[in-house]
Amino acid sequence: MPRSVAPWMVERKLLVKTEGETDPKYGCRPEERPAKEYIKFGVINLDKPAGPTSHEVAAWVKRIVGVENVGHGGTLEAFYTLRG
Amino acid sequence: MTGVLPITLEESRKIVQALLLSGKEYVCVMKLHGDASENRVRAVLEEFEDTIYQRPPLRASVKRQLRTRKIYYIDFLEMDGRNVLFKVGCEGGTYIRKLCHDVGEVLGCGAHMQELRRTRAGPFIEEEGLVTMHEVAYWFMQWKESGDDAILRKFIQPMEKALALVPKIYIRDSAVDAICHGANLTAPGVLSIETGITAGSMVAIFTLKGEAVALAEAQASTEEILGMEHGVVARVKRVLMPRGTYPKCWKRGEI
Repeated sequence: MPRSVAPWMVERKLLVKTEGETDPKYGCRPEERPAKEYIKFGVINLDKPAGPTSHEVAAWVKRIVGVENVGHGGTLEAFYTLRG
Repeated sequence: MTGVLPITLEESRKIVQALLLSGKEYVCVMKLHGDASENRVRAVLEEFEDTIYQRPPLRASVKRQLRTRKIYYIDFLEMDGRNVLFKVGCEGGTYIRKLCHDVGEVLGCGAHMQELRRTRAGPFIEEEGLVTMHEVAYWFMQWKESGDDAILRKFIQPMEKALALVPKIYIRDSAVDAICHGANLTAPGVLSIETGITAGSMVAIFTLKGEAVALAEAQASTEEILGMEHGVVARVKRVLMPRGTYPKCWKRGEI
């Protein structure tokens, strides 16, 4: 049975179709976004502690960082033994 | 349960879907309900390195219908009495609690998940930029007080990082704003393209500055797209960049 390769083990090459340039007048490299924008377009790689639910943790980050909305990538259930 | 939980702020919430679909890696402690030899446990874990069938557990956030999930690898790490430690790389949406239960069934003695730590969610891993809740609060205060933006970069990463594993198509500046308005990507806008794209696969459309413009569904393979002179290359599914970031370069009637 052929095993599937994990997506993080796939190597990709970049092939050029046409040469092009980008105008520095517009947009901005992601790492150089001004602070407000940087936060707005940001992701936090958070170490979820045991206890609260993913949702509760997300709500906590929302309050601390003072943003209007947050989401999270993939629920990690709360510490199960506490909730039966 | 602990570990890697990417939190998307405001605009970056638009990439959550890509993260949910992306692969995960966990380190898990499984508790056996009876005795089993290490060799037997190793052999049974290996059997699960495959496409498996799973019905989501009772307490689940999705519809409980049988579905398939890919297990990329299971690495047996350690065994102490009835506690088995292993690492598993799997497709998004795999229930490890269920996996432990099923491994227990095949072993015959039964088993349950004792502890779980996620070590990867898509491109986000433990060893790279993982921050605790305390660190978030601390760095945020430090940034507020000092105004030093370098501090922000200690605990927040650009949303583009979340798309690191999604194959990319880089486009011309002149094609960007049309896509921000919902147009599909056509061949003349394409500058470069990553290998491994097939028709129907999810791609990320990027600018040459490395900014994410949109998530899209490829309409052809990498090789085909390289040879295309006109026609739709990718259908836009989710626009990520605000309109007007790049100048509008299309004429009325063309859209």
